[in-house]
Amino acid sequence: MATVGRACLILALAVCAYGIVASLYGARARRPEWVESGRRSVYALAVLSTVSFVVLQIAFLRSDFSFAVVASHSSTTTPFFYRAAATWSSQEGSLLLWLWLLSLWASLVLFLTRRRLRDVAPYATATLLGFGAFFAGLLVFAASPFGLLAAPPQEGVGLNPLLRHPSMMIHPPMLYSGYTLFAVPFAFAVGALIVRRVDAEWIRATRRFALAAWFFLGVGILLGARWSYSELGWGGYWAWDPVENASLMPWLTGTAFLHSVMIQEKRGMLKVWNTSLVLATGTLAILGTFLVRSGILDSIHAFGASTLGIPFVTLIAVMIAGSIALVVSRRDVLRTEHGLDSLMSREAAFLLNNLVLVGLCFVVFWGTFFPLISEAVTGTKAAVGPPWFDRYTVPLALVLVLLSGIGPVIAWRRATVANLRRSFMWPVAAALVTLVALIAAGVTRNVGAVIMFVAGAFVLTVVAQELGRGAAARRAMAGEAPPRALVNLVRRNRRRYGGYIVHVGMAVMFVGVAASSAFQHARDVRLSPGQRTSVGGYEITYVRPTTRISQRAGSLEKISFGAVLDVREDGRHLTTLRPEKGYYPSQDAVGLGPVGRFFEGESTSEVGMKAGLGRDLWTAMSPDVGKMRPLIDRGDKAFAAVEGKIPPAMESALLGRAIRGLVQRYENQPPPATFRVISSPLVAWIWIGGLIVFAGGLIAMWPAADAAGRRVRAGYAARVARELGRA
Amino acid sequence: MDVLAPLIVIALLALVVLLVSAPLRRGGSARMEAEDELRRADLELARDAKYREIRDAELDYRTGKLSESDWKRLDRELRAEAIEILRRLDEVGGGSPE
Repeated sequence: MATVGRACLILALAVCAYGIVASLYGARARRPEWVESGRRSVYALAVLSTVSFVVLQIAFLRSDFSFAVVASHSSTTTPFFYRAAATWSSQEGSLLLWLWLLSLWASLVLFLTRRRLRDVAPYATATLLGFGAFFAGLLVFAASPFGLLAAPPQEGVGLNPLLRHPSMMIHPPMLYSGYTLFAVPFAFAVGALIVRRVDAEWIRATRRFALAAWFFLGVGILLGARWSYSELGWGGYWAWDPVENASLMPWLTGTAFLHSVMIQEKRGMLKVWNTSLVLATGTLAILGTFLVRSGILDSIHAFGASTLGIPFVTLIAVMIAGSIALVVSRRDVLRTEHGLDSLMSREAAFLLNNLVLVGLCFVVFWGTFFPLISEAVTGTKAAVGPPWFDRYTVPLALVLVLLSGIGPVIAWRRATVANLRRSFMWPVAAALVTLVALIAAGVTRNVGAVIMFVAGAFVLTVVAQELGRGAAARRAMAGEAPPRALVNLVRRNRRRYGGYIVHVGMAVMFVGVAASSAFQHARDVRLSPGQRTSVGGYEITYVRPTTRISQRAGSLEKISFGAVLDVREDGRHLTTLRPEKGYYPSQDAVGLGPVGRFFEGESTSEVGMKAGLGRDLWTAMSPDVGKMRPLIDRGDKAFAAVEGKIPPAMESALLGRAIRGLVQRYENQPPPATFRVISSPLVAWIWIGGLIVFAGGLIAMWPAADAAGRRVRAGYAARVARELGRA
Repeated sequence: MDVLAPLIVIALLALVVLLVSAPLRRGGSARMEAEDELRRADLELARDAKYREIRDAELDYRTGKLSESDWKRLDRELRAEAIEILRRLDEVGGGSPE
């Protein structure tokens, strides 16, 4: 079936090339049938990339090691569900995933806009197919997932154990959906600029796709943070790692774009800013893909180095140069229709919000690329760490949260004193009450965190007030009962109130981040069974060691050494935690013995955690296996002595006995282990805040029900018709 | 499998050719009709967006973010723009969904 997959990719490349030519010819010659043919090329691309992707998925699920990429990224011992995820753990598979998702989203947007934006759409189609051609070209010429091995191995290398986590099943597809969806507004912005049609129509046609990109990228980022927290064994959820930052940058500019387009739609302002933002977001999405796959920056999330640097850098350079050329050459039609009436207006608040978001993006960009910048300037690769990022991002985040409370209530054009008093009296009062309560409770150690809590209270009150006032207005207009009025208010104004719910989620999330960062207690401690330590008011005793041997498909999958920890608070038993370290055999370490290779390969941390709404107690352990080295070496020497002299079945049985003996030794004479114990308040609210954000995002992008839409349109049409009669 | 693979590839190639060439085989007979239809769709989109703006402005007024005089002025402007869109819709043979 590799032939089918490879042929589909070659056809996909040809279809992209044809579609670009057909779309551009159709647009220039005003031949709609050619434009339609170009659009259908995108549908054909979707069919071909789907077949390719399915072929590769089947190869992974069947553990077909004749595919080089399957042999190097999966194994028969890889659990079935993770074999599907192994497809995108490889560079080739992830590029194919990019192409496949791009083709699906591009097909959807071009189908939905097939009767709109007839002048813009052909150029957008050509741009989307340009991206398709780039990725199809890489897959055909540089990174084919359908390369075959002359002598397929009996067993594959296996999926990196760190990636064997449920969130890894959906984290990469979510991120890539975000990246590929941002290509849609990028492509339509290019089309709008080419035909000089820079009104709000292209924004309206693609706004939902920009929102979906923001949504999926956000879900991907949050899943990555959750994976980092529960799988990587360092105890945090965000490390300002280059790959994390790569996904955050387009998300930040995308967030700015979603806000600033409202000003263009309402007031015809910020056209240069909006087009620049969306072009930058599209470029950052490609940069994000490049960073994940390239390995040019050291990352805990990078799982392979790439040789695709030159094509990616070329594409990014073309996108930047093309974007600048388009915006500069169209500056005459991008002139704003209105000026800013007042600094005390919603437009000004949105503008400030945009500057903060872009400022955040710049800080993240500078910090991420600092190693490359410093190497270019000084010849030495120097990196900046989390304290550097925190110094700049914390104040900007505080301003952002505060603005997310100001934006929804301040008046358009010009706020009056009466408007300000009416809008801000209760939120400011709630913020002050929170401040007083925090001071009374003695929570004053970290000023930044205190300001964040106060800002959070301000935002929550603003949104509660807005929902209350909106429901009251609806009750007055429609005479509905309060709960029904509230539901209908949100249902009829999904974009507005979905956005407000997103603001609530962001405030909750930032409160969780501030609390868990500022009031965290952490300790690294070396303990033997029976010894204890204290962290953040908890007393933790290492009770006894635990061991586990995992087998899959008749082979040893991993050895786990763990610990049972008794946790007490105020002398009372609170919980029992069982952190564990899993050791997977190295597949490619030459010269290692069959026992030793388990301790030279990948290892994973299974954290022991008691999570709660108020506080998380998090532990990870690292046993001192060095103390067992003499025993491991003795086992390896014994196997070396009998290598080739005994049948494989007997060798396998002996290995099983040796491993069991090793495990028994660990239980009987446990070496000391290093434990990382972290007590962090309100971490759960980061995940809850994230869920609120995504609920708000879903509300905002959910299409209005047809019946309701028709009723609303009919009602307003009648009113407009009455006005028409009088005019 | 060796025989099946070329057959699948040929079938896919045929499908792709049929899919992308269908509009070219139909020719440009429906071109003018398609132009009108596309123009009407653009205007309907603009009309719906204008109605949303009118509703948004009213909600802004009722939740205290627009003064009464500002709202009335804005409402007048938006309705005038909506009327213009309806006139243009009438010209291309469309109109309100009623």
